[in-house]
Amino acid sequence: MSLLNIDEFVTEDCEVVPRTLEDYASDTPRWCKGCGDHGVLMAIQGLLRDDQVPPENVVAVSGIGCSSRLPHYLRTYGFHGIHGRALPLSLGVKLARPELNVITIMGDGDCFSIGAGHWVHTLRYNPDLLVVVLDNEVYALTKKQASPTSRMGEVTNTTPHGSYLRSMNPLTVILGVNNVSFLAQTTTWFPQHMEETLRRAWNHRGLSFVRILQRCPVYMPHMFSGPGQMVSMFLEHQDGVPFDHSLVRKANIMAHNPRDISAAHTVSLMEDVPPVGLIYWNPEVPTYEEVRHGRSTAMDNTEMLNRLNAHMDKYTVRLNP
Amino acid sequence: MGKKRTIQLKEHIIEIVSDSGEGAQKAAVTFAQACALMGGGLWTVEVIPSEIQPPPHTTGATSGNRIRISEQPVTNSGDYANLVMAFNEMALLSRIEQGVLAEDVVVVIDDKWASDDDPRIRQNYKEILDGIKARGGSVIEVPLEAETLKLVEDPKKGKNMFAVGVLAFLYDRSVEVLHRIIKETFRTKSGAVVDQNFALMEAGYTWSEKHLDFQFQIKGLASEQSQVVMNGNTALALGAIAAGFKLCSMYPITPATSASHTLSEIFESFGGMVHQAEDEIAAIGVALGAYYSGVPSLTITSGPGMALKTEFQGLAAMTETPLVIVDVQRGGPSTGLPTKIEQSDLLHALYGAPGDAPKIVLAPSTIEECFHIMTTARKLSEEFRTPVIVLSDANLATGQQLFPRPELSMDNLPPPLDQNPVAPGTKPYDWDKNTGLSRRLVPGQPGGMSVTTGLNHGSDGKVRYDYSSNQLSHTMRSRKLATLHHALKTPSIYAEDEGDLLLVGWGSTRGAIEEAVDRARSEGVRVSSMNIQFLNPLPPGLKDAFSRFRKVMAIELNYSDQWGDPLITSESRRYSQLSMVLRAHTLVDVDCFSQVPARPFMPTEIHEVILKENAKLVSAGASVKQEKQHAKAV
Repeated sequence: MSLLNIDEFVTEDCEVVPRTLEDYASDTPRWCKGCGDHGVLMAIQGLLRDDQVPPENVVAVSGIGCSSRLPHYLRTYGFHGIHGRALPLSLGVKLARPELNVITIMGDGDCFSIGAGHWVHTLRYNPDLLVVVLDNEVYALTKKQASPTSRMGEVTNTTPHGSYLRSMNPLTVILGVNNVSFLAQTTTWFPQHMEETLRRAWNHRGLSFVRILQRCPVYMPHMFSGPGQMVSMFLEHQDGVPFDHSLVRKANIMAHNPRDISAAHTVSLMEDVPPVGLIYWNPEVPTYEEVRHGRSTAMDNTEMLNRLNAHMDKYTVRLNP
Repeated sequence: MGKKRTIQLKEHIIEIVSDSGEGAQKAAVTFAQACALMGGGLWTVEVIPSEIQPPPHTTGATSGNRIRISEQPVTNSGDYANLVMAFNEMALLSRIEQGVLAEDVVVVIDDKWASDDDPRIRQNYKEILDGIKARGGSVIEVPLEAETLKLVEDPKKGKNMFAVGVLAFLYDRSVEVLHRIIKETFRTKSGAVVDQNFALMEAGYTWSEKHLDFQFQIKGLASEQSQVVMNGNTALALGAIAAGFKLCSMYPITPATSASHTLSEIFESFGGMVHQAEDEIAAIGVALGAYYSGVPSLTITSGPGMALKTEFQGLAAMTETPLVIVDVQRGGPSTGLPTKIEQSDLLHALYGAPGDAPKIVLAPSTIEECFHIMTTARKLSEEFRTPVIVLSDANLATGQQLFPRPELSMDNLPPPLDQNPVAPGTKPYDWDKNTGLSRRLVPGQPGGMSVTTGLNHGSDGKVRYDYSSNQLSHTMRSRKLATLHHALKTPSIYAEDEGDLLLVGWGSTRGAIEEAVDRARSEGVRVSSMNIQFLNPLPPGLKDAFSRFRKVMAIELNYSDQWGDPLITSESRRYSQLSMVLRAHTLVDVDCFSQVPARPFMPTEIHEVILKENAKLVSAGASVKQEKQHAKAV
C-alpha cells in the first residue's frame, strides 16, 4: 500500500466537490441596474472559482464608494475600510501574512484623489496585490461630484457650470513610479477582455494595477455612449491580454510590447482612444514582503526570548565586570 | 595639588551644555553611565534644540543633558542644577534664562572666551559670570579647548571627553569604569579613536587633579538586584519585542522616532520589522491591516501624528480590531514644541475619533513602566478587541533611569495564530451581552469568512442601518470598557489614605509629585498623591478615595486658565485635561495646577503649590471653626 500525499488524499478519499461560483458569492449586490460593478464582481468570482482558491485565504480590501461595497458580496474575508485607505490596509495584510491572497478594490476618487499618496507609494513598495480601480469618472455614492478623472466641462453637482480642469491621466502617473511592475486597462463593456485582464493580473507576482473604465448608469449615462466613444485601442502581444480578434476592427489593434517602458509611456498618453490590455509588465521587480521577510530572521519564541535576554546585557549595570 | 577637600553630598544635579554638535550629549551619556555603574540613583534628561545646526554660540543652540545622581534611587530630574559644565557662556546663559540653575550653582566653563577676539563675547562672558558670582554661585574656569588642542586638531571632536575627565575627578568616578564605557561607546570606531578618547578623558582628570582642591562625594549604594539603564523610548521598543509584537509601522516624528530607531536596528534579528510608511495615516493603516490578519502590530507617533491617525482609530474601534498606538507626547498645539514635554493629548486620546469610539488609554509613569506596559497594551487590545493608546511623553522618551532588569517570560507573548476552522456562519461579532466581548476571527480560518466594515453592522458583520442595531453595536463596544473597569483596582495612594490635600497626576510627573509630597509631609502637611495609569476606562473607587481629602487637585503638564487671570471665573475657566475628566467622572470639585513650561515639573514647584493650598485650607478651616463658634454663641 502506498501512502498518499495530502492532495491525493483529498481528491481520492474525500471526494471534494469542486467549488462553484456560488461558493464565492455572499449577499445579493445592491448596486444600481446596469452598473459595471456587477460584472467586475462576477469576473473576480470566476477567477477564484477557476483557480479553486480556498475562500478563507482571500482578503478583499476596499475603501469607500460604490465599488468599495464589493467585499460584502464575496464570500471571502473582507475589510471594508475608510475612504482612500484601502492600500495601507492591504499592505498591512500582505506584510503580516504573505500567504494570503489580497484583492484591493477602489474607485477613482478613492484611489486617485483622497488616497493618491498611498497609491503612488504602494506602487513603489510593489506588494503582491491585485489592485482594481473601478473608474466611472464621477463620485457616485455621494450623488454626483467631479472626480479627478472627470473630463473637462463635465457638469456635476460641484461643477454645475462644467468642470474646470483637464482630467487626470492615472496611467502616466503610475508609469512615473519606479518599481511599478504591472499596469493594465480594460473596460466593463468588453466582459471577456476584462476577465482575461484580471486573470493576467492575478497571475502576476507583484502589484498588479488594473484600471477598469466604467459608465455610471445613473449619473453619467452619456459617458462612452456617443458615436465612437466606446472605441478602444486593443494592445496586442504574446505576453499581453488575449482578446477575440473577430470582435475588433483591425484599425483598433496595435502591437505593443509591455516590457518596453518607453512604449508604455507612449501608449499611456493615448487619451482620445483609450488603450486596453497590458500596458506595462516587469515580472522581475521583487515584492515588498519578499524583501522585508528576507531580512527578518524567523525564530521560535524560546529562541527570541533568549536573544532578547542577551541583548538586554547591553543595558545592564554590572558592578563586577 | 596636595590633599583634597571632600564635600559629602546626598545628591547633585549636573548639567552639561554646549553648542549643538560639540558632543555635550555624548559626554553626558558617558558620564551618566559611569554613575550608573557605580551605584546609587540616576535620572538623566536631554536638553535638545529643535534644529540640527542652529547658529552656534547662541542660546538657541544649546544642547546637552541634565544628570541627577544621588545616594538613593531618584524618580525625576529634580529641581535646580547644582553644577553646570558649559562649553561657552551662551549655553550657560540659556540655562540661566530657563531658570533652572540653583542660586549657589557651580559653573565650570571654558576660559577661552575671556580672551576672545570679539570684544562683545569678552564682555558677555564677564557679565554672565559676574552675574553668577553675584547670586552666590562660584566659577571654575577650565582651559577646555586649549588643553584639548594639545591632543587633537579639531577641538569640537574632543572637548567633550576632556569635560568628562573633569567631571570624573569632581565626582570621584572611576577612571577604569570610564575606560570600559568609552570602549563600548566607540566600539564601531578604530582603536586609535578609542585611545584618543581615553587620552582626552584622562587629560581632563589629570588637569583637575592638579588644579582643583576639592571633590564631591556621593556614596551610591549598589543594588542587590540586576539593574538596567535606558531611556523610555528604548524601553518601549524592547518592551514591544518582549510583548510579542512583530510589526512597527511608523512615520518619523519627534520625539517618538528614537523608539523606531531602536526597533529598526534590532527588530529584524528578533523576527520582526519596522515599516516606515509614506505618512502617518498609512502608518496606522498598515498596522491595522497587519493586526487584522493576526500579527501583533503597533504604530508609534506624537501629537500631530495622532491627529492624522484619528479616522483609523475610529475604524479600529468600530471593527473591533486590536491595535496599539504609542503617542510620545510633545508640546502643542500644531507643531508646538517638538522636543519638549507636554501632556496635552489626553482628551484627544480619549475622544479623538468620529462618533463614539471607545478606546483603552494607558500612561506609563516611569521608564521601567514603558517596558512593561507594552505587554499590558497588547493583551488588552486582543482580549477587548479594541485600540489601546499608550501615552508616553518627551520626558520619559529621552530621560534615562536605572531600574530592575525586566524578567522576560513566555507568558507575555501572544498565543500562536488561530487558524482552526470554525463552523460556517460563525458570527464575527458574537457579542456576550454582559461583557461585550467576542471571539475574533482571523483570515485563513476556514468557515470564518466575513466582512469587517466601518459601517454600522450586526453581530453577523453585515451592514445595518436600523435604530436597534446601531444602539446595540454601540452598547457592546462601550460595555467592553465597563468590563475592564470592573477588573481594575483603585490606584494606590502615595503616603496616607486620608488628609487635607490629594494631588492626582498621570504619566511622568509622578516622580516630581511624590518627591514634593515627601517634602511637604516632612513639614507636617497632610498631603498625599495618586498616579492614574488607566485613563480610559478610569479605575473604580476614585470618588470614594477623593472623599477622604478636603481638596483634590490634578497636577499636569498641559494648559489651564489660572485663577486670578483677567476674565477667568469659575464659569469661564478652562480646566486642565485630567481635571476635566475627573470632575465629570466623580462630580468632585477637582481643582488643577497645570502649566506648559516646556520642561518637566520641578518638585519644588509642586511643593510650593502644596504649601499655598495648605495655607488656604488652614485659613478656611479656621474660618469654618469661627463660624461654628459664632453660630453656637448666637
